[in-house]
Amino acid sequence: MKILVPCKRVPNPELKLKIGGGAVDLAGTTWQVNPFDEYAVEAALRLTEKSKGGERSGEVVVVSIGPKDTATQVRQLLAMGADRGILIAGDDAALDADLVARTLKAVIETEKPDLVVMGKQAVDGDDNQVGQLLAGYLGWPQATFLSSLVLAADGKSAMVEREVDSGVEQRRVRLPAVATVDLRIIGKKAVRNEALSGPDAEWEDTQRLASLKGIMAAKKKELKEIDALSLGISGGLLVKTVRHDSPPVRKAGIKVASVEELVSRLHTEAKVI
Amino acid sequence: MATLVLLETTTSNLRTSSLPAVSAARELAKHHGGPVIGVVIGASVGAAAADAARFVDKVLCYDNAALSAALAETWAPLLMSAVKETGATALVASATSVGKDVLPRAAALLGAGMASDVIAVLGAKAFRRPTYAGNVLTDVEVTTAVVVATARQTEFAPAAPAASAGPVENKPVGVVDALGSELMAVHATKSARPDLAEAKVVVSGGRGMKESANFKVLEELTDLLGGALGASRAACDAGMVPNDLQVGQTGKVVAPELYIAVALSGAIQHLAGMKSSKVIVAINKDPEAPIFQVADYGLVATWESSIPQLIAEIKKAKAA
Repeated sequence: MKILVPCKRVPNPELKLKIGGGAVDLAGTTWQVNPFDEYAVEAALRLTEKSKGGERSGEVVVVSIGPKDTATQVRQLLAMGADRGILIAGDDAALDADLVARTLKAVIETEKPDLVVMGKQAVDGDDNQVGQLLAGYLGWPQATFLSSLVLAADGKSAMVEREVDSGVEQRRVRLPAVATVDLRIIGKKAVRNEALSGPDAEWEDTQRLASLKGIMAAKKKELKEIDALSLGISGGLLVKTVRHDSPPVRKAGIKVASVEELVSRLHTEAKVI
Repeated sequence: MATLVLLETTTSNLRTSSLPAVSAARELAKHHGGPVIGVVIGASVGAAAADAARFVDKVLCYDNAALSAALAETWAPLLMSAVKETGATALVASATSVGKDVLPRAAALLGAGMASDVIAVLGAKAFRRPTYAGNVLTDVEVTTAVVVATARQTEFAPAAPAASAGPVENKPVGVVDALGSELMAVHATKSARPDLAEAKVVVSGGRGMKESANFKVLEELTDLLGGALGASRAACDAGMVPNDLQVGQTGKVVAPELYIAVALSGAIQHLAGMKSSKVIVAINKDPEAPIFQVADYGLVATWESSIPQLIAEIKKAKAA
């Protein structure tokens, strides 16, 4: 089983953003792997192992598009346990979801993975598009917003659970396919490969951290850097970013002293109860 | 040129979650000219298409037994052919789980640019949308001839029925190829309460509720106010309540008249899902909790000491 995991680096979501002059200033930010993509790597690793840290079968290839120093984030994922990395030179400002999806399509045509697993959205752009676009361009089935992914023993299909507005939906999907994952995908029994592990298999309720051994091993793993131009992707942006602004600030409210005051104000002032 | 809007239905009715998309389509149509045409896809959806026609100028109905599940693999090609046949220049849907799944795939098939989760229509191809968990509002411009967008439900008023219903045109479906995808089961959360996304009042509990049983008192408050129950990601992750109650960047986006956050700190990603609420009440024992920064009314108190009293006081106020 060969699994490709597209990953994006994003500005640390805990840091306060500097917004001004129609732009977001990211000069002083720290970068990290998009949390949903990190979960996708964890899911992919589980699909290639019998148990946590146990015997492995299969390959997990991480691919990212970004400036040169995105190699730091890719190395982190290799230290987590991914086998190989591909970094395609690109600048976020010159990309849109379409261009990212078409670039990934070109990589997939060379790599020929059995499955693509990725985060449902990046927490900076919040587009929630690339996985679906990629599936559309490839003509592959898509399984989005997954909270569970169980590969069939024959490696030809997967049973998935999706988090939808009304609850949870269960689908069977034929491989190769594009899967996008939601937060719950790192649950203890959310992901497994029936060819490698039974229904009792259990992982930790979180994504794994890189061990010291993993960090050392990552230094020797292959990280191939590709020039975007060599992939032959051309064409302009389908969606241009015009400007960024701060959202309107909510007027500071008041602290009430008691439940009685709260109810009285909600009743007579806000008129909501 | 026409604006198409994907209308989600049951077998008998238009889903109310699609009404904001109709409003967004009406706004787009002002720039694009031409009618607003609804697209209904499903199995035995004749009655639903007739219901949907009350809100738009015309409905295209793709009715086929193989279309009962909203699979992007089968629905996106139909949306593409609807766009091509009508010569439409815009395609919209509400940013529901179906809209978010199906529309990007339709955009891919059309080679069209797409704006996700838009909160305002600024022009024929220009939209405003939240990014960075709602900490930034980004204006985007689609550069392709056809524009695709999903509309955030809370930011567009639900459309009202038009003076007269539009006609329903049944379209041939042709061969349906799901590429092997198959819906096996839906485990719907059963609730007598209104939908989170549409409720006038939302009461949300956070990590501070400590355990599932403690949500009982929040349910009592919720029902007293005729609202919907929500929760923070921390409360969902801890297994106190089902995941589909999660409000936030990664959960549901709500904008009720009244939002009551109880024992909930107000992480950035939670605020992203409720900041647009009209009136926000925060009850938290920690006076430094970030939720107080967005709250109109803050009460520094534990839920144990305040919620039962709040219920009693509201009952009194209602009786008065």
